[in-house]
Amino acid sequence: MNENVLNGTRGEKSGGWLHYFANPGRFMRVARPALPWLAAFSVALTACGIIWGYQFAPADWEQGDAARIMYVHVPAAWAAMSGYAALAVCSLLSIVWRHPLADIAAEEIGPVGAGFTFVCLVSGSLWGRPMWGAYWVWDARLTSVLLLFFLYLGHIALIRAFDNKAHGYRAAAILALVGAINLPIIVFSVQWWNTLHQGNTISFSGGSKIYVTMLYPLLISSLGFYMSFFTLVVARICAAIAERKTRSLLLAAAEQTP
Amino acid sequence: MRKPKTRRLYLVLACGLCLGAAVGLMLAAFSSTLTYFLSPREVLVKHPAQGLTFRLGGIVQMGTVKTTDIAGVPTTLFHVTDGRAAVPVVFTGVLPDLFREGQGVVAIGSMAPGGVFQADEVLAKHGAAYMPKDVEQSLKEAGKWDPKYGPPPAADTWNTMQVKAGS
Repeated sequence: MNENVLNGTRGEKSGGWLHYFANPGRFMRVARPALPWLAAFSVALTACGIIWGYQFAPADWEQGDAARIMYVHVPAAWAAMSGYAALAVCSLLSIVWRHPLADIAAEEIGPVGAGFTFVCLVSGSLWGRPMWGAYWVWDARLTSVLLLFFLYLGHIALIRAFDNKAHGYRAAAILALVGAINLPIIVFSVQWWNTLHQGNTISFSGGSKIYVTMLYPLLISSLGFYMSFFTLVVARICAAIAERKTRSLLLAAAEQTP
Repeated sequence: MRKPKTRRLYLVLACGLCLGAAVGLMLAAFSSTLTYFLSPREVLVKHPAQGLTFRLGGIVQMGTVKTTDIAGVPTTLFHVTDGRAAVPVVFTGVLPDLFREGQGVVAIGSMAPGGVFQADEVLAKHGAAYMPKDVEQSLKEAGKWDPKYGPPPAADTWNTMQVKAGS
């Protein structure tokens, strides 16, 4: 607790940019006006990607229209994993530098990430039944993504489980950091082991195994999902900060009135 | 005495390293369990005991699929190959829609007498390639790829390929 006070006083000298942007008030001043724009872009990109993918992109030669589920499944999976990476970064900032904003962000990323992971699991399952012949198999990819879902759920529960908020933040940050080891396992599971889940289609080195007219809507939809994730989290952080401010004002007012 | 911040950072890094090493060793040790299926090559090397249930994965070999209909229930005989070895598989029941020659499959069952794999369930393993019908057609016409022989050629040869209009 001591160093927080110290940082407050010498923030300008030694705190650097990290402390500058970790100030909740400053965050609100930047985020509030940006929110409507973020929301508009998220909706526009997601709608564009999904309508393009479902109406105008060609069907797959083998899977037919069932392949179109990838315009939801793949972006949801990417956003869910990136969200967990962000959660891990927030947890590191929380444990090492004790940033109040990182704690709030970690608390608000959890439910959004769990939602995106759920969408990924359900859409994949609906695709698996007609294509593989099974809703669910216990291969390394599917199991590790299910574990990601449970990590999100555990984080949601743990960060809210203590009367003393700071205890919840510490415990949940440790859980999030330990769980981060699951991310490379998800990514490389299809390369390290034989899985029923197919290997990577999109690759940054060498060509992606997808025809351009299907790749573009997939990328736009992914951008939309990323933006939506980000917008939801920023909106939730703004609401959480406002809630805290209101509570402390009410408390102060209650203490003043005899 | 270091600053508490720096101490905590080193502590987190040390814990991360230990955890990473532990999980890495564990995954390496359990690697064979984490593998969802055995390839035909591994089956021939390891000789799983008769009646022991395992999963066999590979590609349905070209020209080996024979289906016989006994009282309305189809029984299919085919070979699963990984290019180096092949295992004959017999399956009674309805196969998934994607089943065809050249398709990746995972069969769940056990070895029966005579070196035949008796499958209780067959799942289709879809490849990672996505392309429209007309691209597949023109690849086939150009003699660059026949789906019956397995996965498509290198992606950069077809993922921006021009397709004749109307084909």
